[in-house]
Amino acid sequence: MLAAVHHIIPLTTIVRERLLPVKGKVLARLNQKVSPTDIVAEAAWAREHILLDVARILNLSADAADRLIRCKVGDRLPAGAVIATGRGLLPKMVKVPRETRVTASGGGQVLLEAGESRMELRAGISGIVVQIIPDRGVVIQTSGALIQGVWGNGRVDTGVMINLAEKPDTVLTEGRLDVSFRGSVIIAAQARDVETLQAAAELPVRGLILASLFPSLLPAAREMRYPIVLTDGFGSMPMNSAAYRLLTTNAKREATLNAEVYDRYSGARPEVIIPLPVSSEQASPRDVETFAAGQTVRMRRPPMAGTIGTVLALHPGLTTLPGGLRAVCANIKFENGEQALVPLVNLEVVG
Amino acid sequence: MPASLVQGDSLLAVDVGAATTRAVFFDVVEGEYRFLAASSAPSTAEAPFKDLIEGVRDAITRLQSVTGRTLLDGNSQLITPSQPDGSGVDAFVSTLSAGPALKTVIIGLLSDVSLESARRLAETTYARIIDSIGLNDHRKPDQQIDTLLRLRPDMVIITGGADGGASRSIHKTLEPAGLAGYLLAPEKRPAVLFAGNQKLDDEVKEMLGSVTSELHFSPNVRPSLDTEDIEPAARQLADLVIGVRRRQLKGVDVLQAWSGGRVLPTAYAEGRMLRFLGQVYGGTKGGILGVDLGASAAVIAAGFKDKTVLGVYPQFGLGENLPALLQYTQLEDILRWLPLDISTGTLRDYLFQKSLYPASIPATKEDQTIAQAVSRQALYLAMQTARRDFPRSARPPKAGLLPLFEPILAGGGALGDAPTPGQSLLLLLDAIQPVGVTTIILDRNNLLPLLGAAAARNSLLPVQVLDSGAFQSLGSVVSVIASASYGELVVRAKLVYDNGTEARTDVKYGSLELIPLATGQSAKLTLQPQRGADVGFGPGRGGTLSVSGGAMGVVIDGRGRPLALPEDSVRRRELIKKWIWTIGG
Repeated sequence: MLAAVHHIIPLTTIVRERLLPVKGKVLARLNQKVSPTDIVAEAAWAREHILLDVARILNLSADAADRLIRCKVGDRLPAGAVIATGRGLLPKMVKVPRETRVTASGGGQVLLEAGESRMELRAGISGIVVQIIPDRGVVIQTSGALIQGVWGNGRVDTGVMINLAEKPDTVLTEGRLDVSFRGSVIIAAQARDVETLQAAAELPVRGLILASLFPSLLPAAREMRYPIVLTDGFGSMPMNSAAYRLLTTNAKREATLNAEVYDRYSGARPEVIIPLPVSSEQASPRDVETFAAGQTVRMRRPPMAGTIGTVLALHPGLTTLPGGLRAVCANIKFENGEQALVPLVNLEVVG
Repeated sequence: MPASLVQGDSLLAVDVGAATTRAVFFDVVEGEYRFLAASSAPSTAEAPFKDLIEGVRDAITRLQSVTGRTLLDGNSQLITPSQPDGSGVDAFVSTLSAGPALKTVIIGLLSDVSLESARRLAETTYARIIDSIGLNDHRKPDQQIDTLLRLRPDMVIITGGADGGASRSIHKTLEPAGLAGYLLAPEKRPAVLFAGNQKLDDEVKEMLGSVTSELHFSPNVRPSLDTEDIEPAARQLADLVIGVRRRQLKGVDVLQAWSGGRVLPTAYAEGRMLRFLGQVYGGTKGGILGVDLGASAAVIAAGFKDKTVLGVYPQFGLGENLPALLQYTQLEDILRWLPLDISTGTLRDYLFQKSLYPASIPATKEDQTIAQAVSRQALYLAMQTARRDFPRSARPPKAGLLPLFEPILAGGGALGDAPTPGQSLLLLLDAIQPVGVTTIILDRNNLLPLLGAAAARNSLLPVQVLDSGAFQSLGSVVSVIASASYGELVVRAKLVYDNGTEARTDVKYGSLELIPLATGQSAKLTLQPQRGADVGFGPGRGGTLSVSGGAMGVVIDGRGRPLALPEDSVRRRELIKKWIWTIGG
């Protein structure tokens, strides 16, 4: 059976697409070395639209109004510019209310766009631009450690990692955050109140890596301007041992937190990338494996949700679980020596 | 020559769900179509696989090992038609419910007329209504345009105007959709269904044809002010949805090629079967009910003599949308179904964690119990939502209750995969709360939508498979409506078996009683209600009727309608444990 892979890898080649949501201009060049905060592409779009119904205002048919409209698509118009004038001794004039650009005209109407919203797309990771996707973005390649998360608040930043998680279930409190952590990425296991998230924002930190967070704190976490990546889930789950080991042994190194919102269809996932020097190019991680004995796996659901284990054997056929369901299962040995039968659909391969 | 011999093609049917892909094989046995085998595999529409065909091939490969029949060739392509060596299959159909709920904008004229029809039409598929635009909308057209640009709907449903009626108002409501489509990049443009005044079809084509990803037309859902006909538009909407999915999900085009373009949304296919069954079996007082609870949505299909109601509710699906369930219910409302003492925090954590892994299944007893409590509340909410659209002719015996449904068919991962028939039955009784006497049938292999998909290709197959015992009868259920205190006698029941032996039971208020009656057997059930209780014959009226058996026999649900659980949590949990024990754990 095919298995999804949850990446927790000490050293690998990481290739990431960075794409604008709308057409724009790519600023990066092929083979350019970029840092996470570099802007690789940008896009601009109208903040709002104004529909002027010239025919209605001048009380004319659409065709008659079209003949009176003086502007054409693409024209930039200052505030107050007259786009049509009616007939008669005291003709009515149709003016644009503010500085605009003509987007469409026809049927006695003029559609204008006003204001401008800009979006700057940052590299998100340090690395080399290996591909330009015209009008949309770039593909960046780097080498280093990769730790995927399960939830992110949509922010990206880079900083030196400071380990405040003495254990995989250490609770980060407001009192532990002092000014010496300003500009750092904090590794902790849990934060249990808004005050702690707020205190981290006030320093400010460059990011927060947590194992889990109470769902009630998610709205506040989304509001934070620094990235938050959850490695394991919701509630008070400790950090899985593989992620904990890899993160804490890399403390004091620079890491990029791309707390991208998890999109199960595109595959976008929150992640922590720790750039590391390599002497030779590493293989890119595989996203799909086939379940096999000896694999390191992570439990997606009880028993032992979030914990790491090893596949001892795959059971042939269907096995009845303690809850009563029947499923294809594997015998898993956990790090504490315990064993359990776990349905394959509740497992993901770590690697 | 019997029709079965004319149409004697083997058929492979595949349902691609959000979490699970199921493959089912039908063939002719002794002159009649039979369901022969089923298999399932995790769905692969999502990352990291991002190709739903992987899961389909996996499910078919498992089916091959069950049937011993080779269905895929060396290149993993479907072998069709069947070959002289016994490999392959003659026909293939597919249903699809995988994919995110489609962001949908409805456009109409009056909010309680055409927009209401548009809402009902949208609810026949996996849609999430994100905005509605009507004549009473206070936003200016340019604000509506900006809203559409910001929301970027996948789909726009436009209704309004009686056939041959006013057109100017519809033009006005169409403008924002047209201009927003013009401003969007071609690949971001929504698919549009126009189901309004048919006289305007040409104008709509001219106005929207070049600014939509696809434009469909259907007969008017409101041909006149007081007439609503959703079904023809639902058929078009089903096509449109598959078109959108083809752009969203890799592998849909392969399913289309294998099936000759016969991929249908799962819910639509299920609704089609319920419509057929409703016309055949629907009584004057009620109808037949199909419920399906899965990762992508809760689906309620109610077939009445003159109308079919199909409600697809992604907001009550048990997959990635699970946290959104809390927009419709309180955690306490889910906890009330639990025999366990767990906190609201634990339950909230459960909902969010489960949403990360929709395909995961409960492995422990506690996990299973929580999962079933969530399923109960989701299905309960779906039923309450669907009820709004039941026809007035289907009168319930008492205000606030459901009309009579006979039978009730239940499917979907959450219902079909319950560990025991008793657990399935109790979940259904709690969530649906049927009235009167009804038969509850479990569609363990999710055949119903697949039969609905097959019906277009082979009208005989669904009828013969339905008659073949491919579904599991959970039993005949008598639901008692009574005003009594816990422990008071509400019904005396006597079951006379075909061999003349009798079984009697006294049913007390707040209890469930089971009388054994094996699947395939029938018996005469005599009911004597006490204290004015209604068991389907009217308040205080008794009677005798024929009932058929099932996995749980004859079940008399004396817990009252609506089911009122004790406020005291300790007492409530004890009672739930007792019901679970009664029903077989």
